[in-house]
Amino acid sequence: MINNFEIIRAGVNTTFQDQGRNNLYHIGIPFSGAMDNRNYSLANKLVGNKLNSPVVEFAYQGPHLKYSGDKINIVVTGDVVFKIIKSGIEIDGNCYESYQIEAGDEINLISTNKSVYGYLAVGGELNLKFQWNSCSINTKANIGSNNGKKLEDGQKINILNINSDQSKKKTNYINSKVENIRVIKGPNFDYFSDEGKKIFFEKEFSVSKLSDRMGMRLEGPKIENVVNTNIKSEGLLKGVIQVPADGNPIIMLSDHGTIGGYPKIGVVASVDYDRLVQISPGSKIKFKEINLSDAETLFKLYEMDTQNLLNQI
Amino acid sequence: MIKNISNLGDAAVYCDFGIEVNKSVNSEVIKYFKALKKENVESINNLTPSYNKLIVSYDLRKTNFKEVKKLIENLNVNETEDDNSTKIEIPVCCDDQFSLDIKTLEKKLNISRDKILENFFSKEYFCYMTGFIAGMPFLGDLDENMRVPRLETPRVKVPKGSVALTEQFANIYTFESPGGWNILGNTPVDVFDNSKEEEPNLINPGDIVVFKQINLEKYNSYNDK
Repeated sequence: MINNFEIIRAGVNTTFQDQGRNNLYHIGIPFSGAMDNRNYSLANKLVGNKLNSPVVEFAYQGPHLKYSGDKINIVVTGDVVFKIIKSGIEIDGNCYESYQIEAGDEINLISTNKSVYGYLAVGGELNLKFQWNSCSINTKANIGSNNGKKLEDGQKINILNINSDQSKKKTNYINSKVENIRVIKGPNFDYFSDEGKKIFFEKEFSVSKLSDRMGMRLEGPKIENVVNTNIKSEGLLKGVIQVPADGNPIIMLSDHGTIGGYPKIGVVASVDYDRLVQISPGSKIKFKEINLSDAETLFKLYEMDTQNLLNQI
Repeated sequence: MIKNISNLGDAAVYCDFGIEVNKSVNSEVIKYFKALKKENVESINNLTPSYNKLIVSYDLRKTNFKEVKKLIENLNVNETEDDNSTKIEIPVCCDDQFSLDIKTLEKKLNISRDKILENFFSKEYFCYMTGFIAGMPFLGDLDENMRVPRLETPRVKVPKGSVALTEQFANIYTFESPGGWNILGNTPVDVFDNSKEEEPNLINPGDIVVFKQINLEKYNSYNDK
C-alpha cells in the first residue's frame, strides 16, 4: 500500500523542516530548521513522532492535500484556520488536536491567523532525503529534501511508515502575542547616535512585506549611524539585528546568510525567537533591552514551559 | 591572540582579534577555529571564522556564555599542528561573455585589461573565510593598485562560477546569487558541491588559491572530461 498526500495546492512557502543543521556556518550553510521551535515540537508530540521528525511548515496560506493510504493521524499547530474534508463534508479543524484521516480525505490549510508559520505533522515517517542530517529545505541554496525547493502543486508527499499508536491527542495551547521583543545590545551598539539608540529601544517599527525565512526587514524611524555603516564582514546568527546604511534594521532569521558586513545593533534574546518569527508583515514591533543573565534565565524558564507542555501530551 | 571576548546575544561568544585585517591576524582566527573544531564540544553548534573575528555559537539548553568563554580561554591553541594549508588551482576563463565588469575595472583602476589579468593571475591568494552563500571563498590580498569598491548597484543575479573583485579580496560565486562584486571571469569548477556531505567546499579557510587562465575552448570542454 502506498501512503501519500497529493498536493492539490502547495501554498505560498511550504517546505519540509526539522531541527536544522549544525556545524556548517564556517562553510556558509545556515542553521535552517523549523522557524517556531515550540510549535514544531508540539506538532510531532501530538502525533506520537520523535520530537526531531520532519514536518510540513507553511507560511500564510498552507497547502491543500488529498490523502490516499491506510489510516493515519495528523495535527496542525500554530494559529491556523483549516478544514478537514471527509466524504465531501467539511469539518472545521482545531489546532493542537490530532485527527485520524483515511483514503480520500482532504486537509485544507486555509491560512495562518495574524501570524506567519504553521505546522502540519503526520503520524509516521515521511520519505525524505536528508542532507547533513537534516531534511530542512533552504530554498536560497537549494539544500535539503525536495532538491532544496519549496513544494509545488501536483507533487506527492510519500509516507514510509505509519505510527501504530493512533489514539487521539490534544492539548490546550494559546500562542501568546508579543509586541515587545527583548534584545541584548550588540557589539556595534555604539556605532549609533544617542538619538538612534533611543529610537531603537523606544519607538515602534513595522514589519516589512520583504520578510522571509532569511530575514525580517523593519521600517520606521531611521537609526542614525555616526561611526561607520560597514564593518569587516563577520559571522551572523539568527536573531542578530543589523542596521545597514539606510537606517532600517534587518533581523536575521533561520535561513540567513552566514556572513554580513553591516553593524550589529543588537541580538534578539533566544526566549523571544519563536514569537518573533510569528510577527506578520504590517504588524508593529518594539524592542526592549535585556541583559545577558536575565536572558539566560528567561530562556531556561521558557524551555521548562515547553517541556511541561510536551509532557502533558 | 584574542583581544577581547564578549557575548553576541545569549547563545554565542564573540572573539575579537583586533581591528586589523591581514593574513597573520586571520591565521590566528583560523588557529582557534581549528583547535575548537578538534575539541568537538557537543554543546557548541557552530563556529564562524572571519577576517578578524571568531563567533562560537552554542546550544543555550546545554551550556551558557560563562562556560563557553572559559573553554575558549583555556584552549591550548599552540598544540594544534601548524596548518598544512592545501594549494588549489582554479581555472578561470576571461572571455568577454564572462568578464562582465572588465570595462568598469579598466576605467576604475586605470589599468589595461591585459595588465589587470597579468596581475590577477600572477599571485597566490589566501582564503580568509568562506560563507555569505554556501562555500563562497574570500581570497586575499589583491595588490593595492587592483582594489575597487563594490558596484554602485548590485546585480540581482550573478552567474554561478563568477570570479569577482572588491577591495583587497577576490571571491567566487558558488551558485547564482545577488551580488555587488566586480566580475572578472568565470570558473567551470564546482567550488561548492552540495551532493558531497563530507567536503562540500573545494576551498577552506587557510587554503592557498592560484588562478589559472584558460581559453573558451578549454572552459567549454572542462566538464566533459
